Amino acid sequence: MSTSTEQLSDQLAATTLLRFATAGSVDDGKSTLVGRLLHDSKSVLADQLEAVEHASRSRGQEAPDLALLTDGLRAEREQGITIDVAYRYFATPRRRFILADTPGHVQYTRNMVTGASTAELAVVLVDARNGVVEQTRRHAAVAALLRVPHVVLAVNKMDLVDYREPVFAAIAEEFTAYASELGVPGWGSGGNPQENWCTAIPISALAGDNVVEPSANMDWYGGPTVLEHLETVPVSHDLTACHARFPVQYVIRPQTAEHPDYRGYAGQIAAGAFRVGERITVLPSGKTSTVTGIDALGESVDIAWAPQSVTIRLADDIDISRGDLLAPVGDAPATTQDIEATVCHVADRALSVGQRVLLKHTTRTVKAIVKEIPSRLTLDDLSQHPNPGQLVTNDIGRVVVRTAEPLALDAYADSRRTGSFLLIDPADGTTLAAGMAGESFATGKAVAAVDEEEGWDF
Amino acid sequence: MTTVAHVHDSTDSPFALSHLDSLESEAVHIFREVAGEFERPVILFSGGKDSIVMLHLALKAFAPAPVPFTLLHVDTGHNFPEVLEYRDRVVAKHGLRLHVASVQEYIDAGKLRERPDGTRNPLQTVPLTEAIQQHRFDAVFGGGRRDEEKARAKERVFSLRDEFSQWDPRRQRPELWQLYNGRHAPGEHVRVFPLSNWTELDVWQYIQRERIELPQIYFAHEREVFARSGMWLTAGEWGGPKESETTQKRLVRYRTVGDMSCTGAVDSDAATLDAVIAEIAASRLTERGATRADDKMSEAAMEDRKREGYF
Repeated sequence: MSTSTEQLSDQLAATTLLRFATAGSVDDGKSTLVGRLLHDSKSVLADQLEAVEHASRSRGQEAPDLALLTDGLRAEREQGITIDVAYRYFATPRRRFILADTPGHVQYTRNMVTGASTAELAVVLVDARNGVVEQTRRHAAVAALLRVPHVVLAVNKMDLVDYREPVFAAIAEEFTAYASELGVPGWGSGGNPQENWCTAIPISALAGDNVVEPSANMDWYGGPTVLEHLETVPVSHDLTACHARFPVQYVIRPQTAEHPDYRGYAGQIAAGAFRVGERITVLPSGKTSTVTGIDALGESVDIAWAPQSVTIRLADDIDISRGDLLAPVGDAPATTQDIEATVCHVADRALSVGQRVLLKHTTRTVKAIVKEIPSRLTLDDLSQHPNPGQLVTNDIGRVVVRTAEPLALDAYADSRRTGSFLLIDPADGTTLAAGMAGESFATGKAVAAVDEEEGWDF
Repeated sequence: MTTVAHVHDSTDSPFALSHLDSLESEAVHIFREVAGEFERPVILFSGGKDSIVMLHLALKAFAPAPVPFTLLHVDTGHNFPEVLEYRDRVVAKHGLRLHVASVQEYIDAGKLRERPDGTRNPLQTVPLTEAIQQHRFDAVFGGGRRDEEKARAKERVFSLRDEFSQWDPRRQRPELWQLYNGRHAPGEHVRVFPLSNWTELDVWQYIQRERIELPQIYFAHEREVFARSGMWLTAGEWGGPKESETTQKRLVRYRTVGDMSCTGAVDSDAATLDAVIAEIAASRLTERGATRADDKMSEAAMEDRKREGYF
């Protein structure tokens, strides 16, 4: 109990939340990096550390194996690998972190896709001795495909290359070159490093260089440590510039003596901001109305924004139900029954042309048929394989899907939340594929660089 | 409560939400998803702080309409009287419907056997599973948090269970974006964890911010306790103290509230929420490592119990 009052009030202050994901293989030292982040930010508590020390000793290891902090399931401990996404929590006075720790093995692409889907930042780990390998390119491609706003290239094991700058510089440059092939906006635009998609940091997770503490062995590096960067990277931006989107989750109608006429549309704002007085369109019906009130979990507000859960009230008594989408008049997405998308196949059974599936988009689930699978993508070199006929586990490919009902879908490039969907097996509910509507670098044609002015919608 | 956080650096826009607002919005979204997609959801409610926070979030999610879920308490028969009293009061106050599945009744009927160590937590699985079957609940909200224990770190927000309530880590669906897949066959159900991403400290801070009332045993009070397995346990008919154990009066509070037989108290003079939170923030022991005997059984104890249908 030696915590000062000042530290305490720091810990209890309101902070922001950053969700980030780590990717890299076991051999790159990913579990050690995560363990180091938790350990050096003093997020590992006495009994957890004791358990790790005990387990390390019983395995005959001399030093506590920090990787054991994050490997939870018995099969993983036995095999010394990570087989599923694990979520870790830690905090500093500046920020709270939710870490999706994803396995780095080739066969677990789907796990990285899962972790990256909600991440605002991805840490891609490379071994300084091996540089950018197939796996690194795959992780970068997944982060770009999932449109994770920020990437940290953590060049690990610098201690094994004598902390030499040229080694680090060459790897950072090679990664930069690959990323530009992925059509990542803001990449390498210079100026403010916060504007760049990627920040490269030379580290040694084992020795602790530049993870939490600045390294005494690399004077030539003037940038932030991994933790400093995580603490300062912007997690939100000007939402008024985004297309506002509100999928209706649930209609609240108390019909009580107290609230005989209350009718509110409950949901979580998926993108942008909504204001009282604004004219909105209801999709897919196309009817219009005006926002007369926004209830933000107990208080009335004039404006609310993503990702707040609110209840919106409208001037007109129109037929609105779960699955509908509210958007500003004049800025509504087109509705369509023909969807072209990039998917990552996440199930053990294949996805084939002609297959009947369910498509879950925001709060709406509709029947659909896989019309075409135009191509499968090889992540290692971004090459296309036309008409594979089916996709199997961990494949990334293009699909054309026809839905039974119109959907108000955005391009994933414009809105991660309203441009994403799941394909589900109607027979048993298995999640088959994770879909991202519209163009991506998997389309096979160059994706136009996004105009700086527009920015990304996260 | 949509207060914009006072953030430390200028990189954040005025649209930055505080971490509590983010977590609250996420949990409310989860409650509403279940209300929209399931027929017979139920909230596991024990009167412990996590289930109290769950209920508070559910009330906010549907206000001004009532919560469209019933409550279920699996009563081990060894619960703290203060907690049961609190439970009944809250249920009455909000006009909710409470189902109780009683471990004692199962023991009396010869369907369950008392364990030699007297702990009843592992005995909750059968009454819970049978209550789910009997009432045909298709979504069951639990207050589990991923930060509690290593096996839980891999738990989904929507966790599919078969007709035996079993959890198969290899059968869990990947969970992407905020798209929760709750499809299930008849007889199967989904366990839903709205507090997945909360830490113990988040829960306490939220209780403080929302001024949520808690059972008194969470605050420092004098109590007859005895030491067992490095914890202060409450003397009671459940099987303590044994002859070799001596009771003493101490000033204690509970960090977590489970069964009397396996929930330990900590020495504390924290009589207010502020004091409790300061103590927790300063503590160098995790909640369960310090005070829950049931999780200490083995490195894989929780994983094994979850497979069998435990929360």
